[in-house]
Amino acid sequence: MTDTDRGTQRDRHSAFSLFTQQSLPACKPVLTPEWVIMTFLFIGFIFIPVGLVTLRASHSVVEIVERYDIGCVPEPFRIDKVSYIQDDSIPKNCSLSFKVPKYMKAPIYIYYQLDNYYQNHRRYVKSRSDKQLLHGQNEHGISSCQPVEVNNDRPIIPCGLIAWSLFNDTFTFIRNRAELKVNRKNIAWKSDRGHKFGKNVYPFNFQNGTLIGGGKLNPTIPLSDQEDLIVWMRTSALPSFRKLYGRIEKDLDVDDVVVVHLMNNYNTYSFGGKKKLVLSTTSWLGGKNDFLGLAYVFIGSSSVTIAVVFTLLHLLSPRHYEDTSYLPWN
Amino acid sequence: MARIRKRSIQLSKLCSFACCRSSSQDEHAQIGQKGYSRVVYCNEPDSQEQIRLRYRGNYVSTTKYTAVNFLPKSLFEQFRRVANIYFLVVACVSFSPLAPYSAPSIILPLVVVIGATMAKEGVEDWRRNLQDIEANNRKVEVYDKSSCSFRQTKWKDLRVGDLVKVCKDEYFPADLLLLSSSYEDVVCYVETMNLDGETNLKLKHALNVTSFYSSAESLKEFRAVIKCEDPNEHLYSFIGTLYFDCQQYSLSPQQILLRDSKLKNTECIFGVVIFTGHDTKVMQNATDPPSKRTKIERRMDRIIYVLFSTLILVSFIGSLFFGIETNNDLSGGNYTRWYLRPDKTTVFFDPRRPAVAAFLHCLTGLMLYGYLIPISLYVSIEICKVLQSIFINQDQAMYDEVMDRPAHARTSNLNEELGQVHTILSDKTGTLTCNSMEFVKCSIAGTLYGRGMTEVEIALARKRGEQLTEQAPIDASESKKSFKGFNFRDEHIMDGKWVSEPQSDVIQKFFRVLATCHTAVPEVMGPDEIMYEVESPDEAAFVIAAREVGFEFFARNQTSIKLRELDPTSGIRVDRVYELLHVLEFSSARKRMSVIVKNPENQLLLLAKGADSVIFERLSKEGRAYEERTKEHIEKYSEAGLRTMAVAYRELDNDEYKTWEQEFLKAKTSVSADRDVLMDELACQIERDLILLGATAVEDKLQKGVPGCIDKLARAGIGIWVLTGDKRGTAINIGYACSLLRHGMKQIVITLELPEILAQEKEGDKEAIAEASLNSIKLQILKAKSQVTEESSTEFGLIIDGKSLTYAMDKNLVNSFMDLAMRCATVICCRSSPKQKAVITRLVKSVTGRTTLAIGDGANDVGMLQEADIGVGISGVEGMQAVMASDFAIAQFRFLERLLLVHGHWCYRRISMMICYFFYKNITFGFTLFWFEAYTSFSGQPAYNDWYMSCYNVFFTSLPVIALGVFDQDVSARLCLKHPLLYQEGVRNILFNWPRILGWMFNGLLSSIIIYFLTTNSITGPAFRKDGQVADYSVLGVTMYTCVVWTVNCQMALSINYFTWIQHLFIWGSIAFWYIFLVVYGSIPPTLSTTAYKVLVEACAPSILYWLTTLLVVIAALLPLLSYRAFQIRFQPMEHDRIQIQRRRPESTEYDATQRRLSESSEARTSSELPSEVRIRIDNLKASSKRKN
Repeated sequence: MTDTDRGTQRDRHSAFSLFTQQSLPACKPVLTPEWVIMTFLFIGFIFIPVGLVTLRASHSVVEIVERYDIGCVPEPFRIDKVSYIQDDSIPKNCSLSFKVPKYMKAPIYIYYQLDNYYQNHRRYVKSRSDKQLLHGQNEHGISSCQPVEVNNDRPIIPCGLIAWSLFNDTFTFIRNRAELKVNRKNIAWKSDRGHKFGKNVYPFNFQNGTLIGGGKLNPTIPLSDQEDLIVWMRTSALPSFRKLYGRIEKDLDVDDVVVVHLMNNYNTYSFGGKKKLVLSTTSWLGGKNDFLGLAYVFIGSSSVTIAVVFTLLHLLSPRHYEDTSYLPWN
Repeated sequence: MARIRKRSIQLSKLCSFACCRSSSQDEHAQIGQKGYSRVVYCNEPDSQEQIRLRYRGNYVSTTKYTAVNFLPKSLFEQFRRVANIYFLVVACVSFSPLAPYSAPSIILPLVVVIGATMAKEGVEDWRRNLQDIEANNRKVEVYDKSSCSFRQTKWKDLRVGDLVKVCKDEYFPADLLLLSSSYEDVVCYVETMNLDGETNLKLKHALNVTSFYSSAESLKEFRAVIKCEDPNEHLYSFIGTLYFDCQQYSLSPQQILLRDSKLKNTECIFGVVIFTGHDTKVMQNATDPPSKRTKIERRMDRIIYVLFSTLILVSFIGSLFFGIETNNDLSGGNYTRWYLRPDKTTVFFDPRRPAVAAFLHCLTGLMLYGYLIPISLYVSIEICKVLQSIFINQDQAMYDEVMDRPAHARTSNLNEELGQVHTILSDKTGTLTCNSMEFVKCSIAGTLYGRGMTEVEIALARKRGEQLTEQAPIDASESKKSFKGFNFRDEHIMDGKWVSEPQSDVIQKFFRVLATCHTAVPEVMGPDEIMYEVESPDEAAFVIAAREVGFEFFARNQTSIKLRELDPTSGIRVDRVYELLHVLEFSSARKRMSVIVKNPENQLLLLAKGADSVIFERLSKEGRAYEERTKEHIEKYSEAGLRTMAVAYRELDNDEYKTWEQEFLKAKTSVSADRDVLMDELACQIERDLILLGATAVEDKLQKGVPGCIDKLARAGIGIWVLTGDKRGTAINIGYACSLLRHGMKQIVITLELPEILAQEKEGDKEAIAEASLNSIKLQILKAKSQVTEESSTEFGLIIDGKSLTYAMDKNLVNSFMDLAMRCATVICCRSSPKQKAVITRLVKSVTGRTTLAIGDGANDVGMLQEADIGVGISGVEGMQAVMASDFAIAQFRFLERLLLVHGHWCYRRISMMICYFFYKNITFGFTLFWFEAYTSFSGQPAYNDWYMSCYNVFFTSLPVIALGVFDQDVSARLCLKHPLLYQEGVRNILFNWPRILGWMFNGLLSSIIIYFLTTNSITGPAFRKDGQVADYSVLGVTMYTCVVWTVNCQMALSINYFTWIQHLFIWGSIAFWYIFLVVYGSIPPTLSTTAYKVLVEACAPSILYWLTTLLVVIAALLPLLSYRAFQIRFQPMEHDRIQIQRRRPESTEYDATQRRLSESSEARTSSELPSEVRIRIDNLKASSKRKN
């Protein structure tokens, strides 16, 4: 300690001087070999079990995925699927059937899955008016809805590309010749129903244009109760996405045959998108997704590997820190 | 008003050479012409003529901005930075549909960042403004003609032509013409410390014609016109004419009192205001110091350009793909992605014109990926540097208690450069030494007096390996009272014992000369306490020495000097009055000074002191009795690092003096141009046939802690050059004393004092001499170089003198000379001039391309300080001029060690880490946006809510990085000093080299990939909650953003090893703040919060998957850095890693023992092993880097 240090000792105790002299009490962790090994092993021992538990949860989920976009186009039309789907005169009825591979406990969630559908395209995401959805008739707030904001000089409610392209395939489920009841309530977010879509806002002038996009809406039901629309308007994150269609609140047994009657209205053919119907139970973690569990196991085991490699190298090449020959200037 | 007449000394006589020098006629002839047009109507500031001239008022403003121009001007300053312009353009474009996000979310961070910088500027300027207000509102007494009295007026209301009265210890409010003073001979004393930093008093002298106007009544009648030069910045020149009573009188700088200088020792003066406000010389002189930029900042600019290129590249790639996708929207007349309505589209998404759309999209991309450019980087660095300088200023270990001076970082933008200094160029006097002279030894009549050893002698003795039996030279108990400037111990002379010495009459004469031959003015502070106002510290040492021996100089007036001395016969102290007839002043050309006095016995005496060479050649034949021995002693003294002076006298013949005096007075009053030459000649005439009495030796003591400090700096691998005006012998000895030259070091001396050159000089053929000198220097350099190459394991010290240096600087030789100099541990340039100092500094800087630091204390070092990358001024005795030109001011040389090794190292580390981290965090963030783009068909949709993004740089990541930049310490101050080798990290720029910067950038890229792909794969697709809901766009955004905030903050925590509560608060607080922000932002109505509405509370928080994903991603993103660090610390540790681990392992005794041995030896200033080891290591590195090249 130099003599000037001594001079400051009289006010060493004050916190302010500790601060100005840059000598605040500090924790100075150092990555010593022991710490390195401990840390990596610790990560490994936490991550591998967590990964296994998540994998287990994922495996407990029963999921049925049925692609129907090609199967639902009658053979003669398969050459030109686009004109088939655009031709209103042809009935779009179609049915699927599948066997339940495992016992599925209620509630069973029904999703429709679209692929290669850019709901996150900037033009698409922007084309909506939150103000109009909540407050209704408002001629001013709809400029953001371009290019689907007015029709015949009257504003469209709900305006915008998202609403306009509403998904309109419908599904009915039959098991053992009896219709399975599908609960289509409460499939949207609570906050959306309560605060984003107005209770007094009714569809108006919707899908009245020359070019009709997706589904139509019942103009007597307020937007806050149009749950299909609300679900659709929560735009997806990635071009491949699932959206909730409803819930089957009855258990399905193994080898139950479920027949789905569907209306194949929605055009995904012009951009080559797939359509799938998904039935899935959930675990405490959500749907069937092995990725998270595998990633956990992978990270955990790499940690352990690093720890082992490090330990071996550490033991094999004993180096004293007094040795300075490795310094960059040597 | 009563005229106060104090002691009136006719000092005009005392300074016969310097004063009253009238400027030559031709200069005065220019009055009235261009450049010399100023007219002042004295005492008539209200007259029509004066008002018509519209000279500026005395209001002074040193602020950069005014209230009116602050906004535009400071904004302009801000937007001179490329990055800021980019953000401004982005902000402007954000109002167009091109923008990927809403305009306010872009403008807000810009406003915050620019606002913070402007606020900083504003506060700084406001401080200046307060100083201005204080100065402008100071009071001065101004003459009021109507009431015939003086009234108090504010400085700012002063006008040209006003008559003012300035009292003792007051500052002059403007540049004044001195009319009269309270002294009869109308002189006054002025301290010009604020102007040129010189502390000694200057004498000013009014014209005799105006001396009458010294009361309020008489001033009523005063009318005069001054015509003079226009305002200019030359402090030491003034040309003007006073038109008074139908007569013309020439004015010179002698009559001018400059603003900001101070009236001293004079009751009051009267003066006329000539220059006011910004016209004054001091304000004209105020120029901004040259702005210096650090190497790190310059490199940072290059990195910014790299990032800009990345930005453009990424946007280009994005727009290319976007163009392809848009083009595909129209395939064979059919619209594929019908839900985007390509049939009814704007130009931005038009599939019929994909090229245009792609081009416009490129602009969108430039805005979207703008997060690659850290907007807050500049302002954060500035904030950090200001705080770092506060720490430097506050450091108690660099605070000089005696002088009450803390260290002062005058500029905050060079902090990190302090950690990269490669070469230090130091002044000697006042920097390495105290510049407080101590009288230590003398040789009288060939006898040595004064015992005790100087520091140099101690060092030399150590070098020879002698054991020192004697105690330290300064032993306070030995003497009753110890004086500054006096360290003479000899019982033969002290306490009146000199009377019994064999040569007592010579001793008496010797000290009489010391007591009378000077220009000091005594100031009686109290009984038995006399202070001397002196021009140089040497002079004070002599007067004090004479007083201590018993020849007390206590009073001086215009014609006499009074001494109180011991009468050798009676043994009583008596007052003796010496009549002072003439003073022949000291000048650097004459190298001597003498006085002619008449002693009480009516003898005429010429008493002289001066440089030995000058005095010896003026000795009479009979006066050479002690010449041989005195010469021997002088030689010995100068070897011991002492400054010597010979003392002689002469008895004058009355007639001879009379004739000489007549001629001298005639010469003095003559106005011809060769007056000075004439007076010099006359002085020479009388200064001859001297009788040698002896010689004095004065020690310029080394400053405290200098050897230890230099030793540390050398061990840190910093090369040290000393540039001094001393003789070679003195310089070498000082070099040993302050361990610049060490035992075992080989000296290379390059000199022109060789027999063959000397022989040629006698012949006098200038061209031949020049050629021979050049050749000789060339040969010497080549020889030295081969020697250095051969013995690469030994350290070398290079000593070169100023004259040789001029030849070595020859453009053909300079490279090989610098090459040689760079291989030497120490370079001493003796006999070098101030100009040479600056030139050498520039050369070292340009040849090595490394950081140079110049340290000095005097006006002669200013050039060097400004030329170097960093100028450090010692706020010592020689005034403030060096400090004013410096970037850092410290009170003592030894503080340099702490400034460089501790603060420099820390600041370097902090800033470089900070910049690397800044790029890391922005690349991480920016690239997650890009990856997301790839999954939106490059449409330009950002992954996050607008406001998350705009808060990224400002709220969630800014404080931890500032904490890093301000508080981080790799090792503590104590260990920094203990392991000086750590400093090499900065010199070699290891923490901010391209591999490291690119490494961090790569880490950022890796982090972004891990974050994006792990998050999307974990959370999207199937249900992400038990209730079957799927993650939409907003949930993915929140999850990714959460991971980014966690990752960048944890990376910060991982890369620093110093956590005080501040770091903890900032790092964990930033993460916590993100959640708080999300809750608050999510609870405002959905029309404002859009996708963030209740997203955490309703959607994410209940999902276990969300939390598990966060944990997975953060650990996965940290793993690469963690493993890299773990392996690097274990198998390739850097110096700071090694020290950190050492600190953890007290059991490693072997290392400690080595350290202890080394530190002991360094304390003993003989540590020869380690520096050479260090040298060798560094040399090896140099060699290896060359090999690589």
